[in-house]
Amino acid sequence: MSQTDLNYQKKELPKNLNTIGFILLTIGVVLGVVAFMVDQTRASFNYLLSYTFLISIAVGALFLVALEYVTNADWSVPFRRIVEIFAGLIPYLAILVIPLLFSMHDIYHWTHEDVVAQDEILQGKSAYLNIPFFITRVFVMIGIWYLFYFILSRNSIKQDSTGDQALTKINIRLSAVFIPVFAVTISITAFDWLMSVNPHWFSTIFGVYYFSGTVIAVLAALTIAVVLLKEKGYLHSRLTGDHLYSLGALMFAFLVFWAYIAFCQYLLIWYADLPEETMWYLQKWTGNWKIFSLLLIIIHFVVPFIALLSHPAKMNPKRLIFVSVWLLFAHLYDLYWMVMPEMPGLENGYIFSWIDFVFPVAAVGFVIIVFNMKANKENLIPIGDPKLKRGLDFHL
Amino acid sequence: MSDKNKLYGLSALFSRPDDIIKAANKIANTGYTNWDVHTPYPVHGMDNAMKLKPSKLGFVTLIFGLTGMTTALLLAWFTNSFDFPLVIGGKAFFALPAYIPITFELTVLLGTVITIIAMLSLFFLLPNNNHVLHDTEYMKKVSVDHYGLVIECIDPIYDGVKVKELLRSLNPVSIIPIYEKERVRYPLFEPKFITFLISVAITVSIGTYILLNKLMFIVPFNWMMEQDKIIPQSRSQLFNDERGMRTPVEGSIARGFIPYLYKDIEEPVSYLSNPLIPSENNLILGKKKYLTYCSPCHGNYGDGDSRLHGQFPNPPTLHSNRIRNFEDGRIYHVITNGRNIMPSYASQVDRGERWAIINYIRVLQKAKNATESELEMITKENNQDVSN
Repeated sequence: MSQTDLNYQKKELPKNLNTIGFILLTIGVVLGVVAFMVDQTRASFNYLLSYTFLISIAVGALFLVALEYVTNADWSVPFRRIVEIFAGLIPYLAILVIPLLFSMHDIYHWTHEDVVAQDEILQGKSAYLNIPFFITRVFVMIGIWYLFYFILSRNSIKQDSTGDQALTKINIRLSAVFIPVFAVTISITAFDWLMSVNPHWFSTIFGVYYFSGTVIAVLAALTIAVVLLKEKGYLHSRLTGDHLYSLGALMFAFLVFWAYIAFCQYLLIWYADLPEETMWYLQKWTGNWKIFSLLLIIIHFVVPFIALLSHPAKMNPKRLIFVSVWLLFAHLYDLYWMVMPEMPGLENGYIFSWIDFVFPVAAVGFVIIVFNMKANKENLIPIGDPKLKRGLDFHL
Repeated sequence: MSDKNKLYGLSALFSRPDDIIKAANKIANTGYTNWDVHTPYPVHGMDNAMKLKPSKLGFVTLIFGLTGMTTALLLAWFTNSFDFPLVIGGKAFFALPAYIPITFELTVLLGTVITIIAMLSLFFLLPNNNHVLHDTEYMKKVSVDHYGLVIECIDPIYDGVKVKELLRSLNPVSIIPIYEKERVRYPLFEPKFITFLISVAITVSIGTYILLNKLMFIVPFNWMMEQDKIIPQSRSQLFNDERGMRTPVEGSIARGFIPYLYKDIEEPVSYLSNPLIPSENNLILGKKKYLTYCSPCHGNYGDGDSRLHGQFPNPPTLHSNRIRNFEDGRIYHVITNGRNIMPSYASQVDRGERWAIINYIRVLQKAKNATESELEMITKENNQDVSN
């Protein structure tokens, strides 16, 4: 299928998108450096949040690509390339992790040998929680993700010019391998980066909890990109409200999934009432963290649930943009709620600091720049994909 | 078809989904209101083609979903927190997280079940349990491999000739008129139906019997019952004496229990004094408890003249000089510890209630032995109350 058949003409994204991205990134980086000098602990914790936020989008996007291949879905083919572009953040994760590795001592107290020496529980966990193994895991996982991303996206781009159907078959097989790999790696990511902030605490469902937030974040980012690009005419004109509806419905489903998993984790810990498990929630019930915990339910579930509940809402571009931005914020808020109450100095309650707002700005700017760079290099629609026509014909 | 039967409408059959979408769109544009489309599976885009308004059924789901939610929460709150508060697992009386699953279940259950009932009643227009189109050749075809539409003749702009022309212009496979049949009645006590009911009852009984009496003891299903934990009265290898239940450490006291320290003291009067004033509420409580626990032996007015008189060593009257001179503490001691044939009432009557009973006994004693002057005084007071 050639480009003329499809009636798709590749256009450059507007230049000011790149400018916006650079302005955000510059502000974020400059203030971030200042933040590291002013309050290194708080800056490190916030850097961790933004870094995991980027992991959510990058790896979650790769999961969405694999999911489309494995389920042989048609409807999402016209904007699969956008998901691949988001997954293009993966190689940068290896660079962005470096500042975090230098501030590990500020975040993870299991990295202090004198603390571990006095702590029987940490000694028991030291076979897993030690610096060399931790760093190995981090880079091996980024390597695995990059490998899958590289092959999947290379095949997809190659298909644009050749239209070779065999490439789709290869990608389906590869995706089937990736999904279980993703399940393990995303759990380890959650355990390592987020759960080990409080190394005494454990929850086996924590990986699933982080995964549910991850998918919401990447779907929200994808929806923003699709709606904006579609309205400006960068995507195919035959994308209809039915496509948007499916995006909205998937987002809605994962929203409920998040609430389900979050409640599962809470209910089991609340019911069993074991001190080694409840301490994590008790910490989030101390002082004004209580307000944060209650707000989490409203921000991450109640508001978007009501906003997306009705049938027309899932097709309404304005509503979708609103809910997507809201959900991106909600995912950041969720990460913040998971990690920040464990920060030394904030145990008794939240204290305001401008540092909290710096790193998300940089992260958003970074995502925009990478998106712009990749989007200008490639077609925004996988024009060689054999399923594309069915995808464009998709109707509810 | 015979002419006796009334015409219901004209139907047209199509063999391809694209045709039915085009046909539906055209008829919607012509302005008919009483018409419908039947397809063997949901054809995508049909709602738009038929220009249907969004269904109102969603509101039924919403309302009954919310009803289910409220019902579950109210039920949990009323039974567990209000009417009979129970401490379960050391949780609060109103343990919201524990109620969430049942709230969710009831929300979904009521929402879906009522939606289906509402949907069926809209289809059949209850109390009818049948539709004209049922049991027709048309329905047989559209539920297998054809796509059909029907224009009903109650439509305000229905005109037999015009409708036929319109349908013909859509190039259908065939056009069939549909007639209303005489309503078939299904008698309730048909032998077939009764047999069916009986066989269902027998199947369910056998199933239940096997489920509860056999299946529960087959290997994977008995795992819930047979766990490795030590249950009361069972044996355990943990201790030398192989008892699963341990006697509490000496001197331990159950939560909320205050031991009675004067059990072996004959006259603990100096330690015990009545903390209750004989107020109206206390006397009402005392009367209630006295009539429940004391009157079966001592009689309703404390004369020792109950039904049991003469069958056992007679219960003493409470109006003897000896008992009237008992101090409150001594009576308390008797209720708590028992005396002669009277057992201890400590487990039936709590501390406050015992003192309330004593206050009531004092009232009985006073009433039985009031002097003339006291009676006159009471009469006078009563008269004053009346005149006031």
